[in-house]
Amino acid sequence: MAIDSTGARAVLLPEPTRRRTGAALTFARFRRSPGALLSVGWLALLTLVAIIVPPFIETEANRQDLGLRLLPPFQPEHGLAYILGADSLGRPELLQLIMGTRTSLLVAVLSVAIAACIGFGIGLVSGYFGGWVDEVLMRIADVMHTIPSLLLALAVLYVLEPSIFNLVIVLAITRIPVYLRTARAQALELRERVFVESSRSIGAGDWRIITTDLAPMVLPTIRTVAMLEVASILLAAAGLSFLGIGLQRPDVDWGMMVADGRAYLTSAWWVTVWPGLIIVLTALAANLFSNWLRAAEDPAQSAQFIRPPRRRKVRA
Amino acid sequence: MWTFLRRRLVTSAVSLVGVIVVVFFLARLTGSPASLYLPESATQEQIDEFNRINGLDQPLLVQFWDFLVGAVRLDFGASIWQRRPALEAALDALPPTLALAGIALALSLIIALALGAIAAVYRFRLPDRVITVVTLTISSIPDFWFALVGILIFAVQMGLVPTSGYATPAAWILPTATVMLAPVGVLTQVVRGSMIDALGAGYVQNARARGFDKTRLVLRHAMRNASLPIVSVAGDRAAGMVNGSIIVGSVFAFPGIGVLIMGAVLNRDFAVIQASVFVVGVGVILVNIVVDALYAVIDPRVRVSAGKAK
Repeated sequence: MAIDSTGARAVLLPEPTRRRTGAALTFARFRRSPGALLSVGWLALLTLVAIIVPPFIETEANRQDLGLRLLPPFQPEHGLAYILGADSLGRPELLQLIMGTRTSLLVAVLSVAIAACIGFGIGLVSGYFGGWVDEVLMRIADVMHTIPSLLLALAVLYVLEPSIFNLVIVLAITRIPVYLRTARAQALELRERVFVESSRSIGAGDWRIITTDLAPMVLPTIRTVAMLEVASILLAAAGLSFLGIGLQRPDVDWGMMVADGRAYLTSAWWVTVWPGLIIVLTALAANLFSNWLRAAEDPAQSAQFIRPPRRRKVRA
Repeated sequence: MWTFLRRRLVTSAVSLVGVIVVVFFLARLTGSPASLYLPESATQEQIDEFNRINGLDQPLLVQFWDFLVGAVRLDFGASIWQRRPALEAALDALPPTLALAGIALALSLIIALALGAIAAVYRFRLPDRVITVVTLTISSIPDFWFALVGILIFAVQMGLVPTSGYATPAAWILPTATVMLAPVGVLTQVVRGSMIDALGAGYVQNARARGFDKTRLVLRHAMRNASLPIVSVAGDRAAGMVNGSIIVGSVFAFPGIGVLIMGAVLNRDFAVIQASVFVVGVGVILVNIVVDALYAVIDPRVRVSAGKAK
């Protein structure tokens, strides 16, 4: 940049090759990676469907038709809604799945976002200040780690009414320690660095150091952890609903649909299998994408994006 | 080392006390047992009598004090639901969970070490990509759904294994596979990551340049250095086995501490909830201490520095 400002030398320099950096580089790699494209495509499709479709099908999805009770899948004469069959009350599986998509995605994304924000904030403060505040917070994190998360969920959802909001709260609380520990460990290390020292020496206060020095450095890690957590939260939420302590009708999510099908496992496999398959596909897409993103943004791992020349095996 | 262990024991004890305090109040939030155990028509005198017998008529803080005094002597009171000492109920439920968790973790570790090492050696090449996609898929399968589909295919369709129970070895296959889902995926990724780091280290490159046997290098030298993160994640997973125990209890009627806790919550059996969470807490703490001790065994540097650290 200093060279560019002196016009004469800029002319002498060869035209610089455009080097992609940061987000542009990641995006360029993204376009060439079929796994990442497929994953994001699936997640985007689900999100779009979850946002647009539910208002139009809400009544149709919950309409019970006992004549079509446990209708097997792939029977086009009953219309598109029943293409994946019907459940024990004659509700169309496909439409139920779409209604469930909205709930499941909403719960997963909200829980991750809330847990990440709270854990990030507390972790930074805890790691930066250290001392007894840090000690107390880490003991609390230990306690939360030791209480089986399902027990906590059981008790809390048993007291509070099962609802989407309460489910999100429970899931978020159980996952806060993950982010808290990550952010704390990084803040603990970063606060000793020279750039923090230099900020302090020119008179920056604690708050300023935390927000402008530490937070931007820790954020990428938190984002990576959050991406990884989406899939496990999705599974955890489904598990709670499966055990019957997550949500209650008329709210529906994928885990609840699996639970509904359980009683008819031997006579009507589709009621159990479809929602489970959707969970697997969605969690896999989230896992693949976060795995890919981690590799693509990590300079140490970028070797895999440069195609190596084929080597011949040389035997001694 | 001993300073370190002692410090660890003290902080663990603090956590354990924290856990049982939280659980004491959490349990009481779920409602009154009287409304569950007595018929709707019960008179106020009968309800009072029920509460008096079970010590629920005392003010909450008195109950809490009694509970703490009892807990110190490992007396967690009697179960309303099962009509026997709560700790006995909790300890009875422990062996199946421990056995299942032990078998599942050992198998997961073996699979993860093998797959992770292969993936690291062939990193970014075909075997690595296949292993990564397969393990990511495994960790994307909800355990309860896997259990149900497993019953459908292997028990109902093929008749290879029973649908529930735990008396025969065959009955253990599906529950074990179910609780293995989560650890196998995570552990393989951890093994792969730390093996890649270890294989990239200078001493490995040097040894390879000097013509060291590659298999021996991977299995003995790199593996030992890669094992610290593996041990710590495996310890973490051991603690998570309680959740798996609830699921296999629900689907396969496989007994264990998870089913007991779930049943105790649904039956508002405060004594059993407290006793079993205490037992789980002690278990988690023991696992953590074993993990710390393993660190010291594996890495001599930990032995030297641990005494001084913090």
